Amino acid sequence: MTVAAVIFYLFACTAVASGLLVVLARNPVHSVLWLILTFFSAAGLFVLMGAEFVAMLLLIVYVGAVAVLFLFVVMMLDIDFAELRQGMAQHMPVALLIGIILIMELVLIIGGTLWADDSSPLRVAIAPAPEMVENTRALGSIIYTDFIFMFQTAGLILFVAMIGAIVLTLRHRADVKRQNVVQQMHRDPAEAVVMKDVKPGQGL
Amino acid sequence: MIGLAHYLIVAALLFVTGIFGIFLNRKNIIVILMSIELMLLAVNINMVAFSVHQGDLVGQVFTLFILTVAAAEAAIGLAILVCFFRNRGTIQVEDVNVMKG
Repeated sequence: MTVAAVIFYLFACTAVASGLLVVLARNPVHSVLWLILTFFSAAGLFVLMGAEFVAMLLLIVYVGAVAVLFLFVVMMLDIDFAELRQGMAQHMPVALLIGIILIMELVLIIGGTLWADDSSPLRVAIAPAPEMVENTRALGSIIYTDFIFMFQTAGLILFVAMIGAIVLTLRHRADVKRQNVVQQMHRDPAEAVVMKDVKPGQGL
Repeated sequence: MIGLAHYLIVAALLFVTGIFGIFLNRKNIIVILMSIELMLLAVNINMVAFSVHQGDLVGQVFTLFILTVAAAEAAIGLAILVCFFRNRGTIQVEDVNVMKG
């Protein structure tokens, strides 16, 4: 077993185990933390495959933004999570049944190519990048040329999502005092300040 | 030797974990959203594995777009969740019946 294989199994087992713990954890905060571990292990797998740019992007976007967003929402909302977990035991058999059926189907499909006799051309070892250029540079050279419109569309999607999230969560509360700039600018100094001539030795 | 099929099996396991989570946490919409993230991550692993296997970078470009859409989906989903919690004081999936769908 080579070092790469050991590292692969380490990351793969961590990813699958922490993925299971995401759905099984009692506390949603723990779920988010396990989700972060899953993303880290997946990023490790990506690095192992030679896709460094996607790996780093996964860390920045998922761990840095999405997971923290989840964490904020979980901690911000005042929810009785024990109540939400009540039906879990009765959902478990159906969930297990469907999960096992699906995993058997998928493993049969993938295993068919892995263990079939005539599939050796299909399972050649994963090759490094064809040209001797870094993954990031190679990706950059096609994203900004061949896929420029899709890149712009991705930016547009993020923009719409940002505006949508702000519009959905913004609210004006009547009991909070706000700054009214126009009113402030149009204050009359003559009315705002009153000069009083105070005699010495006397108060106002 | 670690080949394509190993990565595909990891991705399949993660995908099924996501589906399992949706069925298991049927009341808790936050965990359902996290399960969807797991499923998208599995799809990303598949994309990158095939891309590296075939020596074609287009798969990794598509991973970027999946990542973008996943981030947008999480942001909008959580915004709707916060909005709903403010109005109804609960996030139970069964209570989401305002639109009588």
